[in-house]
Amino acid sequence: MDIFLQQIINGLVQGSIYALVALGYTMVYGIMGLINFAHGEVVMIGTLVTITVAGSLIKAGMPVALAGLAGLMAAVLVCMALGWALERVAYRPLRNAPRLTPLITAIGMSIVLQNLAMMIWGRNYLTFPALLPKIDFEFAGANFTAIQIIIVLVSAATMGGLLLLVYRTKLGMAMRATAQNPAVASLMGVNINRVIAAAFVIGSALGAVAGVMVGAYYEIAHYQMGFMLGLKAFTAAVLGGIGNLAGAMLGGILLGIIEALGAGYIGDLTGGFLGSHYQDIFAFVVLIVVLMFKPSGLFGEKTGDRA
Amino acid sequence: MQARLSVVALSVAAAFALSACGQKEEPKPVAAPAPAAKPEVVVKLGHVAPMTGPQAHLGKDNENGAVLAVEELNAKGMEIGGAKVKFVLVNEDDAADPKQGAIVAQKLVDAKVNGVIGHLNSGTTIPASKLYADAGIPQISGSATNPKYTQQGFATAFRVMANDVQQGKSLGEFAVKQGVKTVAIVDDRTAYGQGLADEFRKAAEAAGIKVVASEYTTDKATDFKAILTKIKSTKAELVFFGGMDAQGGPMAKQMKELGIKARFLGGDGICTPEFMKLGGPATEGQFCSLPGMPLEKLAKGPAFREKFTKKFGGEIQLYAPYVYDAVMVMADSMQRADSVDPVKFLPAVGKTKYDGVTAMIEFDALGDLKGGAISIYKYTAGKLEYVETLGGSPLDAAKADLKEAVADVKDAAKAVAGAATAVGKEAVGEAKEAAKAAAEAGKDVVKAGAAAVKDAAEATKAAAEKK
Repeated sequence: MDIFLQQIINGLVQGSIYALVALGYTMVYGIMGLINFAHGEVVMIGTLVTITVAGSLIKAGMPVALAGLAGLMAAVLVCMALGWALERVAYRPLRNAPRLTPLITAIGMSIVLQNLAMMIWGRNYLTFPALLPKIDFEFAGANFTAIQIIIVLVSAATMGGLLLLVYRTKLGMAMRATAQNPAVASLMGVNINRVIAAAFVIGSALGAVAGVMVGAYYEIAHYQMGFMLGLKAFTAAVLGGIGNLAGAMLGGILLGIIEALGAGYIGDLTGGFLGSHYQDIFAFVVLIVVLMFKPSGLFGEKTGDRA
Repeated sequence: MQARLSVVALSVAAAFALSACGQKEEPKPVAAPAPAAKPEVVVKLGHVAPMTGPQAHLGKDNENGAVLAVEELNAKGMEIGGAKVKFVLVNEDDAADPKQGAIVAQKLVDAKVNGVIGHLNSGTTIPASKLYADAGIPQISGSATNPKYTQQGFATAFRVMANDVQQGKSLGEFAVKQGVKTVAIVDDRTAYGQGLADEFRKAAEAAGIKVVASEYTTDKATDFKAILTKIKSTKAELVFFGGMDAQGGPMAKQMKELGIKARFLGGDGICTPEFMKLGGPATEGQFCSLPGMPLEKLAKGPAFREKFTKKFGGEIQLYAPYVYDAVMVMADSMQRADSVDPVKFLPAVGKTKYDGVTAMIEFDALGDLKGGAISIYKYTAGKLEYVETLGGSPLDAAKADLKEAVADVKDAAKAVAGAATAVGKEAVGEAKEAAKAAAEAGKDVVKAGAAAVKDAAEATKAAAEKK
């Protein structure tokens, strides 16, 4: 039982990270119908900026907690600027192009950002400064750490904040209007360019937060870390119903738990025929089954032209 | 065979004697050759390693080793077949991906390179080796340790380090010596990781160790908590990892976070400074193995390290000295065959007898390094501490011992000289006596060392005959 509980905790934390990243995907998709494949790279840049800023501040003698906060702020600012620039340079000129074009541009931007990061931060793995004191907890035979709790809390709080933003503010209303029909929204006086830019900037800020969490959790970073993470988060967003905020959150956590249980039990279930490296099969079988019965994902809205 | 071995022993002794009396260098060409007097031939050496992806840091390290070798060769100015030779490195990136490995191999074949150094990973080296074999291009890898690489029957495939059969066996023996009874084995499903884990499993099971869990991950993973949780439930005393540092480091760390008390052991892939950087305090006291002997114990090791750090400003990660040797062996073979044509110098590669940085390099019929040794290291206070060498030829071991003895003698002589200066002129006579005595003693030690080398050679010979 303690093993099962441990696997659930493993999955919950991993899933919360997926969820944090998935929120960025789903937000942009919900408004523009664009899959921003460069989002994983925004997360990566968030991690690397934090390492540079927090690392050098700690070296300069600043208290660790303060340096970490400064690193987070720097990451958020850099990623917001990056998100804005991405939208302005890569996506806005293609807003009326066929749907495939911005998708390919997105993949291109992802490669550009990876190589840019390689040029700035180098090929080597970087270690993330230990921002939090190492506190271990034990509960019913399962071990977990302070950072794991923080990750789960931060992603829950972020999702709550986003829901408030989308459903309780004027900007949120404009976002929803743009999502429903950009042409009509602009006739009603909504500045579409600003709304879409805002979606990118907010999504990227979330990406920066996710990046800091990932860095603090694994304590390593690398210029290619965003790719796999982005892919998994995208899967989570689709699983939960892309375009839906609560769906992204739930899809992420579900994916994380399925993966952990898959890795933990697939060997026993198949009598050793499939090893634990087949954990992704578990996740994708679930995804395929969900999409077969509910093509728009678990929480997806039934807007035929969007999903 | 017998004659040849004693020749080796003699040449080793001779080489040693030379190095003992003050690192005599080979005579350098007096001046640069007169301009336009001789034609210049460009020799293209392909070098392949992952320059992007999670193992890019190791790829860069390999490349640095090759660059250093090529620069030295060009500075020395070799002449082959009556023409001045200029070596040019053609670097390719295989991203540690077998598909990409085959693509860049074809590219090098099309570019008509004279020889290939690499690849870094076994997974890329094996599929690429077929393309080089078909094209008749000699290939020397400084790091591909999977046994299959040289077992495919290709005349062009060579490697300058011990393979994973030796490494897995040595690690298994080491685990037994540590008193381990149960082990969990994890591998990253690459040709290298899986191959090493399989060899370790064989050796461990043969020695009566129980394998209680077999788990798998990939060479791109960062989260291992799910499989480690499973391993925790088996209460294994040791976790063996067949894979690279980029996964091993975080894995060791996550083991600690999950409260797993088992020890951690792995092969050359995790025997890097990077592993300690990524694993943090969790790596303290754990063990790993490296083919070959530690650089510090080798005659040319420390000098190489100094050259490397001076040029590139960073530490050697892992395979750079082996790649350096691979380039040198290739050049040496061309020199001996007096040709840069792969068809002509390929037979010479097989007959290599090159005193490299990492070992006395000779190949067996398959193209594997003869008598490759495996050394065990312990991570202590953020450094790799040498523990012991398993397997390998007694010759190398004796050489290492001899080197230490000579260093001791040299120190003693220095101390005597220092004392003499300090005491002053009156004591000079006395000091001279002492120095003489020390020199005598030194001679004895060296003699004893040489005898040891001879003995070792005899032992090797006997072992070879037994086989």
